[in-house]
Amino acid sequence: MSIDAKTSDAKTSATPLQRTPLHALHLALDARMAPFAGYDMPLNYPTGVLKEHRHTRAAAGLFDVSHMGQIILRPKSGGMADAARAIERLVPADILGLAPGRQRYTFLTNDSGGILDDLMVSNRSDHYLLVVNAACKAQDLALLQDGLERDCNVEQLDRALIALQGPKAESALARLSPDCAGMQFMDVRELTILGTECVVARSGYTGEDGFEISLPADVAREIAEGLLENPDVAPAGLAARDTLRLEAGLCLYGADIDTATAPAMAGLSWAIPAARRQGPRTGGFPGARIILEELDRGAASRRVALAPETRTPVRAGAPLFAEESGGTPLGHVTSGGFGPSVDRPIAMGYVPTALSAPGTVLFAEVRGRRLPVAVATFPFVEHQYKRA
Amino acid sequence: MLLRFTEDHEWLKIDGEVATVGITAYAAEQLGDLVFVQLPEIGTTLDKGQEVAVVESVKAASDVYAPVAGEVVAINEEIVNDPSIVNANPESSGWFYKLKLADVKSAEGLMDEAAYKELIG
Repeated sequence: MSIDAKTSDAKTSATPLQRTPLHALHLALDARMAPFAGYDMPLNYPTGVLKEHRHTRAAAGLFDVSHMGQIILRPKSGGMADAARAIERLVPADILGLAPGRQRYTFLTNDSGGILDDLMVSNRSDHYLLVVNAACKAQDLALLQDGLERDCNVEQLDRALIALQGPKAESALARLSPDCAGMQFMDVRELTILGTECVVARSGYTGEDGFEISLPADVAREIAEGLLENPDVAPAGLAARDTLRLEAGLCLYGADIDTATAPAMAGLSWAIPAARRQGPRTGGFPGARIILEELDRGAASRRVALAPETRTPVRAGAPLFAEESGGTPLGHVTSGGFGPSVDRPIAMGYVPTALSAPGTVLFAEVRGRRLPVAVATFPFVEHQYKRA
Repeated sequence: MLLRFTEDHEWLKIDGEVATVGITAYAAEQLGDLVFVQLPEIGTTLDKGQEVAVVESVKAASDVYAPVAGEVVAINEEIVNDPSIVNANPESSGWFYKLKLADVKSAEGLMDEAAYKELIG
């Protein structure tokens, strides 16, 4: 058998991999490291991905997501509305309506209506904080600097980012910072953790309740270890992060969404609110005409949840057919694998809208065989967000 | 009983003309948690190097190749029902299949345990 040689890339890669402020901690925890978006990241710890995944759903997982980009946009005028209007030139979200201390999901679009990156925006009262994908951060920074330079000072932060996810995330963080318990899903607050001011959002990428903690690099290890002292909290790597987000039905940029996928076909219409579809602030972002037309008209294809009906995992790239034999591919799987909490294979992919109704049985080709997969509904595991 | 290993990280326990075949502890550890195992049908005739089984970890699928030529005479259904057995006991209860060797001498040239340990460092 050929064994995946990912871990050796670190030694042979031409450009040295970057390290997060928690790199030494991962090595101390005996993590299996692998290159991801130019960083040497923990894929899993000795406990293994299945246990890390299930522990996160049962208690709390701690993830190093410091590879992600953190970008601050500060209005040159001092007025947040000026910055909000400027940001709305690049994203289809309602940024003007985003209250201080709140966070929102959105994406940068391009002129052809595709998605350049998906991101989180927080209103931090005197500036906006963006969290963007690691692989896109250089591109995003350039795009923001170019598009917003008249209105905003754009600055990339060199901070760590820790995600604490799971039903015990609140109690674990509250031991170090009791005020976190008062936060709701998508609230953002400054909290003192072990004497350090951190920016904490009640959000994540697992479908669980939890927090994403932006903190200075020099205290990242101390705070991570402070959280890990709690027996409810276990470290979890990128492999578990991927299975958790897949079960939650969340998109991975570069796999499920990219410059060729428009928001409507990706099932992200909910992130384009009425304020950007009608009235004085209609459109105004790149590709707006195409994107809004598709919202009205409906997309020709749709991102759907797929439930393979056999035990064989169906992975990204597998073509989808309407027939058990013959025919031409009508779509493909964009993410797929095994869901440790549902204990069966799960996937997502794009299919023609006419074949996107839940229950529709399609066939995925895996190693030359057509395997039945049923169109299902997202999420595979119910979200546990803390809402008022 | 003769114990042999391949460069593709399989082990063979050879008893007369039948070899029990599995993947090594090193391979199981490198693959991580297995979630799916596909085994050949009993009676399948294999050439050396032919794809005989598939193992899938959470992250990826890997083919398992026939270390020598022969006929599949038994398969371990237990690991199909519970792939975690392979991670827990790769070189005992996590065996994959039994192969009736086409040529009893064919396995003799494979690595012994010391040579395999040197290979994986």
